[in-house]
Amino acid sequence: MSEQTGEKTPERKSNARVIGWCLSGVVGMFAFGFALVPLYEVFCEITGINGKTGGRYEASATQQVDENRTVTVQFLASNGPGMTWKFRPVVRSVQVHPGESVTINYYAENPTDQPMVGQAVPSLAPSEGTLFFHKTECFCFNQQPLEAGESVEMPLIFIVDRDLPEHITKLTLSYTLYDQGKQAEVSKSDRAQTTTNNNG
Amino acid sequence: MSAVADTHTQDHHHGPAKGISRWLLTTNHKDIGSMYLIFSFAMFLLGGSMAMVIRAELFQPGLQIVEPEFFNQMTTMHGLIMVFGAVMPAFVGLANWMLPLMVGAPDMALPRMNNWSFWLLPCAFLILVSTLFMQGGAPDFGWTFYAPLSTTYGPPSTTFFIFAVHIMGVSSIMGAINVIATILNMRAPGMTLMKMPLFVWTWLITAFLLIAVMPVLAGVVTMMLMDIHFGTSFFDASGGGDPVLFQHVFWFFGHPEVYIMILPAFGAISHIVSAFSRKPLFGYASMVYAVGAIAIMSFMVWAHHMFTVGMPLAGQLFFMYATMLIAVPTGVKVFNWVTTMFRGSLSFEAPMLFSVAFIILFTIGGFSGLMLAIAPADFQYHDTYFVVAHFHYVLVPGAIFGIFASAYFWLPKWTGHMYDETLAKTHFWLSFIGMNLAFFPMHFLGLAGMPRRIPDYALQFTDFNMISSIGAFMFGATQLLFLFIVVKCVKGGKKAPAKPWDGAEGLEWTVPSPAPYHTFSTPPEVK
Repeated sequence: MSEQTGEKTPERKSNARVIGWCLSGVVGMFAFGFALVPLYEVFCEITGINGKTGGRYEASATQQVDENRTVTVQFLASNGPGMTWKFRPVVRSVQVHPGESVTINYYAENPTDQPMVGQAVPSLAPSEGTLFFHKTECFCFNQQPLEAGESVEMPLIFIVDRDLPEHITKLTLSYTLYDQGKQAEVSKSDRAQTTTNNNG
Repeated sequence: MSAVADTHTQDHHHGPAKGISRWLLTTNHKDIGSMYLIFSFAMFLLGGSMAMVIRAELFQPGLQIVEPEFFNQMTTMHGLIMVFGAVMPAFVGLANWMLPLMVGAPDMALPRMNNWSFWLLPCAFLILVSTLFMQGGAPDFGWTFYAPLSTTYGPPSTTFFIFAVHIMGVSSIMGAINVIATILNMRAPGMTLMKMPLFVWTWLITAFLLIAVMPVLAGVVTMMLMDIHFGTSFFDASGGGDPVLFQHVFWFFGHPEVYIMILPAFGAISHIVSAFSRKPLFGYASMVYAVGAIAIMSFMVWAHHMFTVGMPLAGQLFFMYATMLIAVPTGVKVFNWVTTMFRGSLSFEAPMLFSVAFIILFTIGGFSGLMLAIAPADFQYHDTYFVVAHFHYVLVPGAIFGIFASAYFWLPKWTGHMYDETLAKTHFWLSFIGMNLAFFPMHFLGLAGMPRRIPDYALQFTDFNMISSIGAFMFGATQLLFLFIVVKCVKGGKKAPAKPWDGAEGLEWTVPSPAPYHTFSTPPEVK
């Protein structure tokens, strides 16, 4: 089409500007889609709504133990898809006082004939309680390698916060153990890093 | 609005090129608009035939016709094809045909990109449909492709699905940029923003929505691709990701997407209701503001699709009230349409019939949407046939009836012939009855607890499912009549005048019918 090229020149110019704005919008929204991932992480960390229990807890001052109140903490264990390990808590539930530091153990055994690496991912219910459940030491902070046939008792030290809302009398901590393959695999060890960082 | 159209023959009059290269290489908005419309109708029939498979299987309880795996592929492909292949391209086709005519421009602002954005679509859908013939079958995780169904458990063809979504996303984004550039830069002198026809307004806002959310869709499928092939864990809990994150990102795209599929219909219906009431549209400015308000609010309600994931109470309340707030601008629009008809000299040609049905049935779909928006009640309705009934009530008599109404309204302009009014009215009534028979019983099924996306059901659901299937077959078969009506209208019929509807207003009616290959080479003056 060759009509009126003279008149169209100013329009062409502004077309370029519109395209420029639109494309920067497209690029910005594409980036925003990916930015939702860390935003979501931060949002969940602040509110505790996805049941992830946060990283290693470092108390600023030791909490006073509230002897008048007792909270039941239950422990669950399950295996992720394809995971063949035996995995269970040594005790199913404990009674704790808020503020008290408690140690419990999970038992894991690799019954296969090859070395494997496992990663436990915690989840707490009700999610309202996640902000008040502190882990000072947890096997879920690290990957757990096990030789063929080897077994291990993995410790968890936690404190239930004194500020736990009154109506919560029972917390359920559930661990899912995922197969991270053999230690030698490079891509898996990269993944291990992200796992440890994000799952506390 | 009055305008002077310069349509006299020029010294070097260009007709269309001959043969296949006319269609492959064309940069003419009318050709590209026609191709979009033909393509979307082909996809409508393809997606519709998949719905027929679904309804045939659900005609009786038990597994009769297809395997459950194939049933899942049918529900998935039906949804994907109807959303991305039928409804969206149909509106882009209408935009291509009508926007330049409505704003008095000679063509779209970026005609070569226009050609490209159309021809990407058949490529995308060739890839998508070819997954049906691949090892492991087509995608079977529902059109919402929730992780981990689509990542950990998806068939191998998921990668092709992702690629197809990328291509159609690029096509939509280019189409949207073209629409924005055309509307902002190519309006006839004197056509200020608040003098633009409503179809132009609604498409401008739709284009902004497309630019805002199609990249998010591209992002979410890219994350899926990386989870499947490159060892990342965006949605994989074992690697520190979160499957619920998928739903948040998906619906951040998905909710504005439902308005992308309805806003252009709002615009077209506004023209048609006004034309057949022989009255100017009531409340033009409020219509514009209502569409803008709906578009902005559509970004703040996405989580009402996922009340059951375990949100805190504050989140549920926020999304519940925000969702209900959208009923206010939507109510303004319905009020304005009804008030436009009030005391008008109404006549009920096919476009008006489809428009009136649109207003009534879309409102019913809106009300069931309000029911779903009530967070405590949603736990009962979630993933049942009530949801299926709801979104089919807003998409079939909403988007699809809007497209039919637009097609009949502008067919005389496109073809130069009047369509067969008797056949068109038959098409309307059969569609109307078929559609209500198909989708109304689904409300009851859903309230009684029948889950969606399941090929079998409990015996007590049999009667409603049979009625629903009969209605669906009726609605499906009726669409072949539409094809016949359009072909008949293209081939011949009563000669259409430049303005076949006496109440119609706008620049598109100032050019002869059929619209010449090149229009508004000299911009008209809008007063």
